[in-house]
Amino acid sequence: MPFQSSEKTRQNRNSRLIKIVNGRIVRNHTIINDDVLYIHDGKIIDPQNHFFACGNPPDVVINAKGLLIAPGYIDVQINGAFGVDFSVWKGDKQMKEGLDKIAKGLVKYGWNKDNGAEVLGVHVEGPFITSSQLGAHEESCLRAAPNGINDFVDIYGLHELKDNPIKIITVAPDVEGVLDSLEELVNFGITVSIGHSSATVFQAESAIEKGAKCITHLFNAMQQFHHRDPGIVGLLGTTRITRPFYGIICDGIHVHPNSIKIAYDSHPKGAILVTDAMAALGLPPGEYTLGGISVRKSGNEKVEVVENGKLAGSVISIDACVKNFKKFTGCSVIEAIEAATLHPAELLGIQNFKGTLNVGADADFVFLDDDLNVVKCFIAGEEISTS
Amino acid sequence: MRLIIRSDYNEVSEYISTYVKNRINEFKPTKERPFVLGLPTGSSPIGLYKNLVKYHKNGELSFKHVVTFNMDEYVGLPRDHPESYHSFMWHHLFKHIDIEPRNVNILDGNAENLSEECARFEKKIKDIGGVELFIGGIGPDGHIAFNEPGSSLMSRTRVKTLAYDTILANSRFFDNDINKVPRMALTVGVGTVMDSREVAVIITGAHKALALAKCIEEGVNHMFTVSAIQLHSKALIVCDEDATLELHVKTVKYFKSIEHVINNLIGAENVGLQGNVKKYPSPEVTPTREAFYNLPFNR
Repeated sequence: MPFQSSEKTRQNRNSRLIKIVNGRIVRNHTIINDDVLYIHDGKIIDPQNHFFACGNPPDVVINAKGLLIAPGYIDVQINGAFGVDFSVWKGDKQMKEGLDKIAKGLVKYGWNKDNGAEVLGVHVEGPFITSSQLGAHEESCLRAAPNGINDFVDIYGLHELKDNPIKIITVAPDVEGVLDSLEELVNFGITVSIGHSSATVFQAESAIEKGAKCITHLFNAMQQFHHRDPGIVGLLGTTRITRPFYGIICDGIHVHPNSIKIAYDSHPKGAILVTDAMAALGLPPGEYTLGGISVRKSGNEKVEVVENGKLAGSVISIDACVKNFKKFTGCSVIEAIEAATLHPAELLGIQNFKGTLNVGADADFVFLDDDLNVVKCFIAGEEISTS
Repeated sequence: MRLIIRSDYNEVSEYISTYVKNRINEFKPTKERPFVLGLPTGSSPIGLYKNLVKYHKNGELSFKHVVTFNMDEYVGLPRDHPESYHSFMWHHLFKHIDIEPRNVNILDGNAENLSEECARFEKKIKDIGGVELFIGGIGPDGHIAFNEPGSSLMSRTRVKTLAYDTILANSRFFDNDINKVPRMALTVGVGTVMDSREVAVIITGAHKALALAKCIEEGVNHMFTVSAIQLHSKALIVCDEDATLELHVKTVKYFKSIEHVINNLIGAENVGLQGNVKKYPSPEVTPTREAFYNLPFNR
C-alpha cells in the first residue's frame, strides 16, 4: 500500500518564515504565555537562533489572540469516517480516495498534512485475538499462532511488518503463540498493544515484560475487573513492571465516566485518548457497514451491531474526546491535551517531531479556546480551512 | 542635565518608556533615516522594555525603522546561553516587537578577534551617523556599561576584565558556581556613549543612591564613570525617590521645582519633548514669593 512520505511534502512548501504571537503555548507540561513560535519549512525552529543568525524578519506574523496553541491531535485507533471504512479493502485507488476524504474531513476536529490530517501508519486490530472478546469482527477471521512469528509474517507480510505501513498491532496474550512471538514482533519495530482478550493479569504482565507497550481501548473487549482476578485492567495496579499506556474511548458510551476517572487517577501519565471511530462519524443516524457487518448508528451517537447489539466502534471525534476526558476526570487542560498528543507520540516513539511544540517538531498544531474547542488548524505551519 | 524624580520603579519605567516612544514617533524614522537607539541590560530596563512591548502591541509604536546598539556582552558565553545578553534582549524585547533582525547590533563575545569586533562595532555606529539616544543603567559603584571605576572617560568599545565583585555578584545566575561566570566582557566605552546626541540613565533603588549623588553632585571622576554625563549637552536621568536618598535636599527640591514650573506655570503643552519652550505664556501666571514657598516640595 503506497503512503506518501510526509517529509517530501513538507519541503515542497514555499519556505516562508512564519511567526506566531500572542498564543499560549502548551509545552514541557506547562502553558507558556509570553513566547513566540517560528516556523520554517514546515518545522518549528528556534526563534532566538534564527533571529540572530539569519537576519530575515518573518514573512508572516499570525496573531493567536490569546488562544491556546497545542500540538495537532494523534488518534491511534480509528476505523473510518464520513462513509469510508478502512476495514474493507476495495483496492489502492479507493483506499487513497477514502484516506483523502477522511483527511480533509478530520481537519476540523484537530487531526493534523498537506491536504488534511496525516496518516502516520496502520493499527491492525487482530486477527490474533480471542473469540470471546470480539468486537465487530468476523469470527472466521480470527487466528492463533502455533508457528510463532511465522504465522504473523504469513498474515501481514514481512515488508508490511518491518517497514511500512504497520505500526501498531493489537494482540491477545491468551491466544496460542502470541506471547512467544511478542519479542520478535517488537524487534520488527512494531508497537504491540494488548486487547480483545480474556488474558489474566499474569498473562497481561508477561506481555508487557516482553515489550507490549499499550492496552487497546481499556475496559472494552476484555475481562471485567474482578478484585481477585483483575485481568488486563489489573495492569493499572502493577508495581512489578512499568505500567503501559492505555487507549481509552471517551464518548461516555463505551466506558462510564466514573471508570475513566478511576483509570486516570491510578495512572494519569498512561492515558491515550482514542476514538475507535468508524465510517458513520460525521454522518447522520442510520444503518452502515463496518468490515462487512451491518451496524446501526442511533440518534444518541451509539453504534451497535444490528445482529447482537454489541458496541461497534464510535462516532466521536478526537477533540470531543479531549473535552470529555477533562470533564470526566477533572484533569488539567495540559493533561487533557497531552493525552491526545504527547502520550500517543511517546507510544509510537515519535515524540521528537510529533505531539509536541518543541524545536524540531513538525509544525502541526491547533488553536484552542479555553473550553478546548478547536478554533484553527495548522499543518506544516499553514492554516487549513476547517469548513 | 534633566533629573526627573518619580515615586517608584514603575513610575520611572512609565516615564522613560513614554519618553522613548514619543522621541521615536516625533523623529518619524524611515529606512533611509532610521532612529538609532542604544540599549542596556540588567534590572533597570526591564520595566522600560515591558512598556515598549505594550506600546507596540497596542499599535502605538513600531520598531521597523529603529536600529539598536547594545552596550555590552560577555566574552566566551554561547549566544544562546540563557544568561547571555543576546538571550536577555531576545526575551525582554526583540521577540515581541517588529524590529528587523538586521537592525539589531550586539557585540559578539565569541568573535575570533575581539579587538577587531570592537572596532567593527564602533565603525558601524559611525557609519550609520551616530546614536540618537543612548539609554543606560548605573552600577552601585557608579559605572555605566562595564566601564568600572578607573575606566578612562574617553574610552571606546573594548574588551574589559570584570571586577571580582562583579563576578561574585553574577555567580547567582550561573548555578552559584564562580567557575562558570564569564571573566571578560566586550563593552562600549564611556566616550562611545557620550558621543550620542542624547544620553538617558535609569537609576532606581536605595543601593544606587550613593552612586547617583557622586555622579551629579560631585566632580567628573573616573571612579564614577556615569559622572561623565555632566559634560554632555543633552543628558537625562530618571530616578525614583529611593535613589535620591543621598542627594542634598536642595538638589531634589531644585529639580522638582523645575518640573513644577514647566507643568503648572509654563504649561506642559508649551514645552517640547526635549525641554525646548515652544511658547512662553504671559507674566500674570508667575506666582508671588509667598505662593512659591507654599508649594508642596518646598514645605
